[in-house]
Amino acid sequence: MTFWLLLTVNSITFGGLLFLLSAGFSLIFGLMRIPNLTHGSMFMVGAYLGTSLLGGTSGFTLNFWVAALIAAVEVAILGALMERLLLRRLAGQQLAQVLVTLGVSFMAADLCLMGWGGDPISVATPPHLAGFVRVDGAAFPLYRMAVILIAVVFAVALWLMLERTRLGAMIRAGVDDPQMARVVGIRVSQLFTIVFALGAGLAGFAGIISGPILSVYPGLDQDMLPLALVVVILGGTGSLLGSFVGSIIVGFIYNFGQALLPELAYFVLFLPMVLVLVLRPQGLFGGQIL
Amino acid sequence: MNSPAASPVTNPATSELTGGGAVRRVAIAVAVLALVAVPYAIEQVYYVNIASQILLYAVFALGLNVLVGYAGLVSLGHAGLFGVAAYVVAYLLAAGHGHALAILAGLAAGLVATAGFAALALRATGISFIMITLALGEIIWGLAYRWISITGGDNGISVSTRPMPFGLSLDAPRAFYDATLIVFLLAVGAVAIFVRSPFGAALCGTRDQPRRMNALGYHVLMIRFWAFMFSGLLTSVAGILFVYYTEFISPQALALTASAEGLLMVISGGAGTLLGPVVGAALVVIVKNVVSAYITRWNFMLGAIFVAIVVFMPEGLVPGAVRLTRSAWQSASRQKGTTRNAAASAPRPQS
Repeated sequence: MTFWLLLTVNSITFGGLLFLLSAGFSLIFGLMRIPNLTHGSMFMVGAYLGTSLLGGTSGFTLNFWVAALIAAVEVAILGALMERLLLRRLAGQQLAQVLVTLGVSFMAADLCLMGWGGDPISVATPPHLAGFVRVDGAAFPLYRMAVILIAVVFAVALWLMLERTRLGAMIRAGVDDPQMARVVGIRVSQLFTIVFALGAGLAGFAGIISGPILSVYPGLDQDMLPLALVVVILGGTGSLLGSFVGSIIVGFIYNFGQALLPELAYFVLFLPMVLVLVLRPQGLFGGQIL
Repeated sequence: MNSPAASPVTNPATSELTGGGAVRRVAIAVAVLALVAVPYAIEQVYYVNIASQILLYAVFALGLNVLVGYAGLVSLGHAGLFGVAAYVVAYLLAAGHGHALAILAGLAAGLVATAGFAALALRATGISFIMITLALGEIIWGLAYRWISITGGDNGISVSTRPMPFGLSLDAPRAFYDATLIVFLLAVGAVAIFVRSPFGAALCGTRDQPRRMNALGYHVLMIRFWAFMFSGLLTSVAGILFVYYTEFISPQALALTASAEGLLMVISGGAGTLLGPVVGAALVVIVKNVVSAYITRWNFMLGAIFVAIVVFMPEGLVPGAVRLTRSAWQSASRQKGTTRNAAASAPRPQS
């Protein structure tokens, strides 16, 4: 019983991390119509930048959350630069844009390997969250609870941003019909930069707060990108609700798969994807933004 | 997504090798003779091996080009298909079975995997197609990496012998080169026939105008499916050549970078042309080997070349070089004040 409860908590935690990763991926896809193949790299770069801020190279130790926020902002800036300097040059050529994001992801992976070496770096759990919550003799790590809380807060905040703010309304208009949005005076290309930076920042943030759970290692990007893809294929592209539900589903399948069929964990992910593609190719919530 | 499957190039490549002029025949004969002579012209075993690598990757790129160039469907999961065939061969050989069985089973497994890929990925086109093939390829990679009891995980599977067709040993690099060359020539011939056939023309039709083709009574989905199968067959053949060439297979060969390398071969040479992928394969293999001799960061170079080609020469090196020299020549002749003739407004490849 305890085993199943722990597994459930771990699944929800992982789902929360996946949501932070895939919400940005899905928004970028919805607005720009391209899968951002650097999204896994942004996750990894955020994690590596965070480890540096947390000690070692920068010389002084920052509070974990401050470091996480700074890393997220740094990744967001990198994302904005990439959109401005590379993707903007190829406006309207979606295939070329996808290939550029792929090329940049290889460069980023190699730069991380050069900068931080090939050994996995473990990230210490922030001291005030190192404890456990004890329920019925089962001990749940406090940090995982905090991650779930953060994911929920971000989900609500993103929903409010999209639903209630002027920026959100402009993004929704851009996702719905970019040409019409331009006609009514929305600067869609500026939205591209904002959404790209936002998605990159979220991915970077997810990267560093996943550090105490997953640790940071070369190849983290290639582990996370397919998961984000599966989430978006499951949930439907451009849908916030879709990426939320998709993340939880993938979190459960991945964790239960790893516990029960460790050798086939990756393969088990395949099943819901096949089902969705066969029965509902647009994804569970495809065609809806929220 | 409803966006049309924009291929990197839409060159009218069907005319290639169809001219049938005497010059063309001589050129083909010279090219084949040159390829046969390669191992005699270069002494070192190392370079003969690189030539074999170029040919086997050219088969891979030819297969990928059927989808990318002629069907307008960009796949980022082909290394997975390559790997399925290679792993099945290696697994059966390691289990003590014969070469004939292993090769046949490898081809069959590659085709079954291709059918699975096609059945799922062809539910979409354009960008969604890329995403689905990418996810499928990564899942095969994940299997190769984690299903340790079958695949050996990161340690891979070693193959100790090469087959002996007609009693000829392929252990020597030159013999292996000759065998690879024969397979390569068969593959080029098969693709040339495929492209010239009515089916090839229909495939290009589904790339450029899927709705009109549908209205004309063509079964667009089935045409794409069989093109995918043909692509998968060539990819499986390349995978089997690869496992016999390296006598080893590990998840590295299936990673996303491998799919991207294949795509880079196709795009850099010129997608939708018969010989573009061959040139691209030669380019990528040579650059990779030259670069690895000086710096260890091949992946960084791969990414940088990818970005540079997509940004500056999206139609590929061969057509791109032609375009650049032509426009340079045009501006030179315009400066001289010569009259503009029809050649000056020659159709440019669209990107």
